[in-house]
Amino acid sequence: MVDKIAYPVQLLQPDGRRVLRPEYTNLVRDIGPDELRALYEDLVVTRRIDVEATALQRQGELGLWAPMLGQEAAQVGSARALRPDDYAFVSYREHAVAYCRGVDPAEMTRMWRGTAHSGWDPHAVKVTNPAIVVGSQGLHATGYAMGAHLDGAEIATIAYFGDGATSQGDIAEALGFSMSFNAPVVFFCQNNQWAISEPVHLQSPVPIAQRAAGYGMPAVRVDGNDVLAVLAVTRQATQRAREGSGPTFIEAITYRMGPHTTSDDPTRYRSSAETAEWKARDPIDRMHRLLDWEGLLDGAFLTRVRTTADEIAARLRSGAVGAPTPPPLSVFDHVYASEHPLLEEERAEYAAYLAAVTDTEEALS
Amino acid sequence: MAQEFRLPDLGEGLTEAELVSWSVEVGQSVELNQVIAEVETAKALVELPSPYAGVVEELLIPAGATVPVGTPLIRIATDSASDTPPTRTPVLVGYGPEAAAQSRRARPRAAATPEDTAPPEPVRPDASPAARLAARERGIDLTVVPGTGPSGAVTRHDVEEYAGSAAPRVAAGPSERETRTPVRGVRKQTAAAMVRSAFTAPHVTEFVTVDVTRSVELLERLRGRREFEGLSVTPLSIAAKAMIVALREHPDLNASWDEEHQEIVTKHYVDLGIAVATPRGLVVPHVREAQSLSLLELCRAITELTAIARSGKADPAQFTGGTISLTNVGVFGVDTGTPIINPGESAIVCLGSVSQRPWVHEGELAVRWVTTLSVSFDHRVVDGEQGSKFLSSVAAMLHDPVALLAQL
Repeated sequence: MVDKIAYPVQLLQPDGRRVLRPEYTNLVRDIGPDELRALYEDLVVTRRIDVEATALQRQGELGLWAPMLGQEAAQVGSARALRPDDYAFVSYREHAVAYCRGVDPAEMTRMWRGTAHSGWDPHAVKVTNPAIVVGSQGLHATGYAMGAHLDGAEIATIAYFGDGATSQGDIAEALGFSMSFNAPVVFFCQNNQWAISEPVHLQSPVPIAQRAAGYGMPAVRVDGNDVLAVLAVTRQATQRAREGSGPTFIEAITYRMGPHTTSDDPTRYRSSAETAEWKARDPIDRMHRLLDWEGLLDGAFLTRVRTTADEIAARLRSGAVGAPTPPPLSVFDHVYASEHPLLEEERAEYAAYLAAVTDTEEALS
Repeated sequence: MAQEFRLPDLGEGLTEAELVSWSVEVGQSVELNQVIAEVETAKALVELPSPYAGVVEELLIPAGATVPVGTPLIRIATDSASDTPPTRTPVLVGYGPEAAAQSRRARPRAAATPEDTAPPEPVRPDASPAARLAARERGIDLTVVPGTGPSGAVTRHDVEEYAGSAAPRVAAGPSERETRTPVRGVRKQTAAAMVRSAFTAPHVTEFVTVDVTRSVELLERLRGRREFEGLSVTPLSIAAKAMIVALREHPDLNASWDEEHQEIVTKHYVDLGIAVATPRGLVVPHVREAQSLSLLELCRAITELTAIARSGKADPAQFTGGTISLTNVGVFGVDTGTPIINPGESAIVCLGSVSQRPWVHEGELAVRWVTTLSVSFDHRVVDGEQGSKFLSSVAAMLHDPVALLAQL
């Protein structure tokens, strides 16, 4: 029942040439020239979003940002495999997933700027707001998938998390529960090699995907910097879920080329040689080479992609810098659906404090 | 119009950062998000991208300065008035209710006032209530007090400072008879490591003076061999090899003290630290798995490592986690020293200068090559007996390299 963990699925080599693996190539047969160009545009635009937000943090406009530089293909490939009704439960690094699901770039930075508890309406785009607690979204996804299953909805739910999260109890519970109850959920692990400063071999001496075997769950390893391969394996896994065949575990092997967050300095724990090695496997360069091989690149297309990326970056910037600062007391809104006496007490105390500060300032000025 | 960019909080509640270097100069055009400077916080070394497009008017702080969050760094003349001026100083985190209370009122702020338009309106500066009271009591106009608080707010300390500075101060400012050098970078790390080591590990230092004429002769012959060409073949190379061999019999010196678990961790591998003087200060990179290297490989590793350390390009991993160290004060013509143990290790060997001295050799006075070796060890881990035996074993191998050969 459990597939033997084989060599990672790859449909596109780093030099841009295609690899023939019929069982997976067939899953992306419909991806023609226009679709390839669209995937390339997604990769470029999402990298631009990430770079712009990182710059905004350095400029003091965001409290924090978790860059996804290098993980564009893993996110775009998997998100583009989803249907509109499928639901994505993300961690804090899935900016490209959010983009592909239709989140407005102007909404992406709200939470990181602290101007809202959440950035966007999750139900409108079927993707959750960033989960900061590592691994918690695995359980949320499993619960949602169970609900969908009981309602008879033929949808897939996908949970995004990293290699470090596979050592969390939440993910372990989610894997166990979903297998016991055949929940239609896809566990999508972006193995980006580092859990902050902890290398992946400290998480597990065997490939991360092999952890699924302990639960009896089918698992697949995929080259996470190969957008076509990721699209193929995610299509397969989500289809299994929709058909009621239960959960699948995907390990997308990729690399976080930047810091863990803007507060981190990766040069303190990893070598420049390692980074250079992964730079050669850059997901965007790879797609660029494929388009070049197949004669799909021209100046007008590249200019259009660049212009789109610039426009979206500008929208993200103005959305962040122009976001209104909420009144301090609004922090108490929307914590509970109904009234809550303890919270009311705290609200009153804080209001009194704010009033006292204002009075003092006015008295003295 | 001109825009000022203030040092933001670069990482979840940091209060200050060092401006390591500027990447732009006055008069240069910059684009949005172009890197203008490199800054180092307690957490990370990061590049600062410009929030404005325009021409650099002024660099407001010098490279090398450590400044608090909120300090204006650079003034950029932006070409169009259509650029959205910042409605607030872009400093987000770490100020709690005080900053929140201030931001509730849309009050004009100094930073947002265009520099080159109309006469400036009197601006009520940001200040804490305590600062306002202090200013009022002393009759000080708050607008003239330089603020060092969040977003440039005036703190009570600033008011007191300002009041104090009205009185003439003796010997304020730099004097020609003294130079004040800020402690940072390698110097700061070295200082912290040395203090930690000196005040946690009880140090014992022992010395031995030894005739190393045969080792000097051996080195001469090795230098003539083709495979050693271009490598640094010095008394340090042989001393390193002798140390590694001696550790086989005296592994206690190749250990660390684990305070938390109350354990002594004896290492069965040797990551040999070599103290290297570099333009940035003293660094101690390590030769990994030195126990498995031949003399030739060891010479090669030491040559490469010192070159990398001096170039400042060593990976951080090469600066941490050694098991024992060797320092060579002899290159400076010094007889010997009492070295301080690298934190995390239990011993450090010091090689003095190898020089010709009068020496009793085979019952007669002769001119011989002589050196003084010393070893400092952590007395929590190593007793006098083991330390002494280790040192005399190293000395014996330097005295007669055949003894070294016998153990290879």
